[in-house]
Amino acid sequence: MTFARVLHAEWTKLRTVRGWVLGLLAGAAVILALGLTPSRGGSCDVSDCTPAHGPEGQAVADQFTYVHRTLTGDGSITARVADLTGRLPAFDGAQTRDGLAPWAKAGLMIKDGTKAGSAYAAVMLTGEHGVRLQWNYVHDEGVDAGAKVKPQPVWLRLTRAGDTVTAEKSADGTAWVAVGSARLPGLPATVTAGMFATSPQYSEQVNESVVLSGVSGAPSTATGTFEHPVTTGTFSADWEGPPGGAAPEPAGTGAPDGARARSEGPQTGAAPTADGWTVTGSGDIAPAVSGAAGGSVTISQTLVGTFLGLMFVVVVGAVFVAGEYRRGLIRTSLAAAPRRLHLLTAKALVLGGAVFGLGLAAAAVVVAFGPRVLRGNGAAVAYASAATQVRVVAGTALLLALCAALAAGFGALLRKGVTAVTVSIVVIVLPYLLSVTVLPLRASDWLLRVTPAAAFALQQSEPRWDQVDNIYSPADGYFPLPAWGGLAVLAVWVAVVLGGAGYRLRRRDA
Amino acid sequence: MHDATITVDGLRKRFGPTLALDGMTFTVRPGRVTGFVGPNGAGKSTTMRVILGLDAAEEGRALVGGRPYRGLARPLCHLGSLLDAAALQPGRTARNHLLWLAHSQGLPGRRADEVLELAGLGGVGRRRAGGFSLGMRQRLGIAAALLGDPPALMLDEPFNGMDPEGIIWMRTFLRDLAREGRAVLVSSHLMSELQGTADHVVVVGRGRVIADAAVAELLAGAANGRIVVRSSAIDRASAVLREHAESVLPNGDGTLTVTGAAAEEVIARLTAAGVPFSEVSAHRATLEDAYLDLTRDAVEFRAAAPGEAR
Repeated sequence: MTFARVLHAEWTKLRTVRGWVLGLLAGAAVILALGLTPSRGGSCDVSDCTPAHGPEGQAVADQFTYVHRTLTGDGSITARVADLTGRLPAFDGAQTRDGLAPWAKAGLMIKDGTKAGSAYAAVMLTGEHGVRLQWNYVHDEGVDAGAKVKPQPVWLRLTRAGDTVTAEKSADGTAWVAVGSARLPGLPATVTAGMFATSPQYSEQVNESVVLSGVSGAPSTATGTFEHPVTTGTFSADWEGPPGGAAPEPAGTGAPDGARARSEGPQTGAAPTADGWTVTGSGDIAPAVSGAAGGSVTISQTLVGTFLGLMFVVVVGAVFVAGEYRRGLIRTSLAAAPRRLHLLTAKALVLGGAVFGLGLAAAAVVVAFGPRVLRGNGAAVAYASAATQVRVVAGTALLLALCAALAAGFGALLRKGVTAVTVSIVVIVLPYLLSVTVLPLRASDWLLRVTPAAAFALQQSEPRWDQVDNIYSPADGYFPLPAWGGLAVLAVWVAVVLGGAGYRLRRRDA
Repeated sequence: MHDATITVDGLRKRFGPTLALDGMTFTVRPGRVTGFVGPNGAGKSTTMRVILGLDAAEEGRALVGGRPYRGLARPLCHLGSLLDAAALQPGRTARNHLLWLAHSQGLPGRRADEVLELAGLGGVGRRRAGGFSLGMRQRLGIAAALLGDPPALMLDEPFNGMDPEGIIWMRTFLRDLAREGRAVLVSSHLMSELQGTADHVVVVGRGRVIADAAVAELLAGAANGRIVVRSSAIDRASAVLREHAESVLPNGDGTLTVTGAAAEEVIARLTAAGVPFSEVSAHRATLEDAYLDLTRDAVEFRAAAPGEAR
């Protein structure tokens, strides 16, 4: 096989220039070094530096105030949410102000115990999103989706029948409308059922100027006024909840806040009224997010050294090819392997293969051990499933390998080492660097859709959630394109640049 | 062994307004060293690049053993070439340079050590090629050309930058390769470099062949030649000889150059006329003379050559 021999020759070429080998190793080394350095600190205990994860494997926030009874077997709970009010943080110096977070929640819940991360289903009135049925943290259904809705008093009912929990609502307590139903597989016979309230971390993008943007975030609270709670089925006698008023404490445990201590948190708790309860809560029961609205970091952030590693890889890639033009060695190469596209393909494959191997090893070590280093330093690291970890590790290796091939393509197209290196860095590394540092969100979103840096989406370990307001920024590991989309953008770049280089190589005298 | 013949047939190529190759046609046969001579810009290097498939000709074709170079599966086992000795990655050792070339042809790494020895670089194979002198690079280029033990070799200006010892080595080496039955094409812009090395020369100018002949033939053609006469009575000698020779030209240093008469006749005539002389020497024709004769005839070429860029 001629092509196999060309591959062998290109591999020998790559490994016999010490500078290139050292350059590639240095690329892997910076990824390792930055990934295993405790870059973020925090105050979580080593035992709970992994936030809870839900039944479906996502990291979750599970913090709310809950007044509940124990339900054994099938049954239902009904109550009127007469009012939903809240307090928002004020970023102008005052402590707090009246206002509701869009995803402030007050409603009814059926939950497997009160352990963080356990299965649940809840029907709730929200700050701006109407009445919703949510279950197991990631599922969200609602008839009022989309438009902003001011909360109106509403009757809510949750009914359990086996594994299924059905939600209904009513304006007057007599005519009921279905909200939806949720299946909670493996829900035990005995569960808790009751009234809850919570309100997520509230963040504002402040002072978005051309190049600088800042984010302020602080906890908010929501208070639900519940009237006429009625239960049917086998319920325990008394409502359990946080001690009324005086020394409030959230009933649900939940995501510890790694970066900020919660001891000075907002006033929460529950108090009985003449015909019901008022419940005040802060936190969220939803997928955990990183960034402004969350406290934990993701495994993606352990791979923060990728862009530095990319610089090394891209320089070697560009010089590996352009160097042959500089010295006329390309003629020797073509005399030995006259099929020009074979030569170009072999170069890209050998370089990409070597970088993929190194990148895979470095990323695997970082994703395996980086979170331990962070937790040891007190920073909370979000749970990521094994499948996500594998995708992030393989994706990082793929990102590095394809960028190396792209740089090789620039080398072949531009034929000058300095030019090829400059273009590669400007096109590949710079957009990412600007996006995670100084650019406003809209500009960075645009850059990360069209430049090869779009493939950094392969490193995103958590999805964006419609039911969680957050500033989903690249700096926190959220990219505008899905992983496969980012990969496709980079693949198109590689195909176009290598294709152009191949065309030029074939058409022109060497 | 594969067929060694290199056939160049009617190559035509333009670089912008310049006609670089204008019907270049010749054949390099096995068992002899063929010199490829012409001034810089005559089209030698372009022809070689076309043979290797590096440059495309607009017309004509070049074949190695009857096949186009680009169609050969292991080209270095058919034709070894040295175009530019400086084309090396400076950070790579001499042996590793040969190693990747060997791997590109499916040859074992041991072949790299063998050709290093052949080229007299056995001791420096582990040194980085960036530190090599031009002469050592030429040797490394020869080693690379020999890697596939090819029946045909093509070397562009291999004497460039070599010290006298290296030049002698190279000449012997090339003759030995031809004696083994290989076809060897060696280009040079100095005919004198090829004297004693080439058995056959292809003289080119302005992109086409001016002469394609055996060296012995060329020398014989140029030898009916010049005789230098040194005399204290230069005018009388000139007068006597002018009646019997084709031309008599004073050289300005007390000597005359006579053509069209044998040395014996010159001596007899001068003696008979009583003209004193201190030296009559027959000038033995060199390849250089033959080359100059040829190129002097190519008037068009002489007029055009200085302006020819390439």
